[in-house]
Amino acid sequence: MAVRLRAVNISTETRLSTGTVATRRLGALAIVMLTVLAVLALIISPEDVNQGSTVRIMYVHVPTIWVAYMAFILTAVCSATYLSGRNRSLGWDRVAGASAEIGVLFVALSLLTGSLWGRITWGTYWVWDARLTSTAFLFITYIGYLAVRRLDGTQRQRARRSSVLALLAVLEIPLVHFSVRLWRSLHQEASVATGGTDVELDDLMLFSLFFGLAAFSVLFVWLLLHRQRMLYLEDAMSSQGLDAAIEARRKEAVR
Amino acid sequence: MSPRTSRVNVAVAVAKKDLLVEWNSKILMNQVAPFAAIVMVMFAFALDNDGILQRVAPGLVWLATLFSMLIVVQRSFAVETADGALDALRVAGVDPAAIFAGKSFALMVQLCALETMLVGTAVVLYGVELTLGGLGQMVVTMVAATIGLGCVGTLYGGLAAGVKGRETLLPLLLLPVVAPVLIGATRATEAAFGSGGAEISEGWPWIVLLGIFALVFSTVGSVAFGPLVDE
Amino acid sequence: MEHASFIIGSWVVTALAVGVYAGWIIKRGRDLARRSSDKDFPWT
Repeated sequence: MAVRLRAVNISTETRLSTGTVATRRLGALAIVMLTVLAVLALIISPEDVNQGSTVRIMYVHVPTIWVAYMAFILTAVCSATYLSGRNRSLGWDRVAGASAEIGVLFVALSLLTGSLWGRITWGTYWVWDARLTSTAFLFITYIGYLAVRRLDGTQRQRARRSSVLALLAVLEIPLVHFSVRLWRSLHQEASVATGGTDVELDDLMLFSLFFGLAAFSVLFVWLLLHRQRMLYLEDAMSSQGLDAAIEARRKEAVR
Repeated sequence: MSPRTSRVNVAVAVAKKDLLVEWNSKILMNQVAPFAAIVMVMFAFALDNDGILQRVAPGLVWLATLFSMLIVVQRSFAVETADGALDALRVAGVDPAAIFAGKSFALMVQLCALETMLVGTAVVLYGVELTLGGLGQMVVTMVAATIGLGCVGTLYGGLAAGVKGRETLLPLLLLPVVAPVLIGATRATEAAFGSGGAEISEGWPWIVLLGIFALVFSTVGSVAFGPLVDE
Repeated sequence: MEHASFIIGSWVVTALAVGVYAGWIIKRGRDLARRSSDKDFPWT
């Protein structure tokens, strides 16, 4: 009885959102950690011997690409699970879609912060370096993935198409990366990429970096939980709408 | 009839059908090829320098190929979805791998014809010199690149088939995937044309890259095509 | 701090983008939850 009461209490408070007590705590933790990270990165941590103050961009740049990679790997894993599972639960597909969307946001941020860093360090926003170019392709590929998710069709069709596409992307990205590296290795005009990028990390810098990875990981989990629940609600409503339409048609036919 | 021969028969029938449709409509000859040719002329307007044109001719040939391919792929699946032929084949229990092979082959034949025309255009308009050895390498490059392009084009074309907004979706999906082909084929063609003082021997590693791409996507394509077009 | 505008700028842009995205998620999640006829969600 006591348990039941508590459950009612929670649900009256959180019923009308995608949040729960757990996600609120997680969200608060993410805010605290990110604030601490900003203080660590912008004020407390020392300047780098080689890079000077530009290293302060790294504390936000590295975690964004970390989150993006994590998100895309999760998308691939969930897509594979969806395709291989016997009951083919749409839940996997929704996690894959939510994860890819967050990944696209963070890869964009990573490209942006990276190019600001490059402008200071190399004097140019962009170099045709293998890693940069492959990251740009990663970005476009998952924009395409998100576009495919928005195509007309049933939820099952969306899930199957996008799962196959996510697995194809896993195949495509190493191929693109490999060929771009081969391309760059013969055209070494962009040698700026190797100049002045060494970072000598002392303990506080290393701590800040890993703290940043942890903070952004918490943020990622929070975003993923909410986004995935939002997709659940959207899916539920669109199938309700469909059911209602079919019901209306049936009544019309009987009449 | 064993399953294997029936699969080959289906593939041959699908390829024949596609090529016959093209032969009757002459869309490739009357619209796509002139489009590719005008793209080559427009490149000359944009770059406006004989020396530069000669240097970048390989890249332009392959860019024009990719743009034309988008049209051909869309056409190849518009034919299928207009009368629900793809669905009919699926309902009849035809192996999707066989459909994939047939459609890919038909696409490859059309692409080869286009590429031959584009290389010819480069020789005539851009003053590219082609030696006998270069010609041999060009043919190998074309075959390797076309197998990859045909498979990828069919795979992603099938995904976008019969969907609203496919005209704009297909380039977004297809172009990032074929980037390795653009890189590999352009470098190999530079070697074949001798642009920028490239030697013929420099081209072979790139042809290996094209071969890997073709191998990967022909294998994966025949597996993934079924779930993609399955309705 | 040298290059302060670039450094602060990259942090501000990131914070803004993530903030807007998170705000949108919460707001749209609430809207959808309110409009949903079945109020028994798997996570409650």
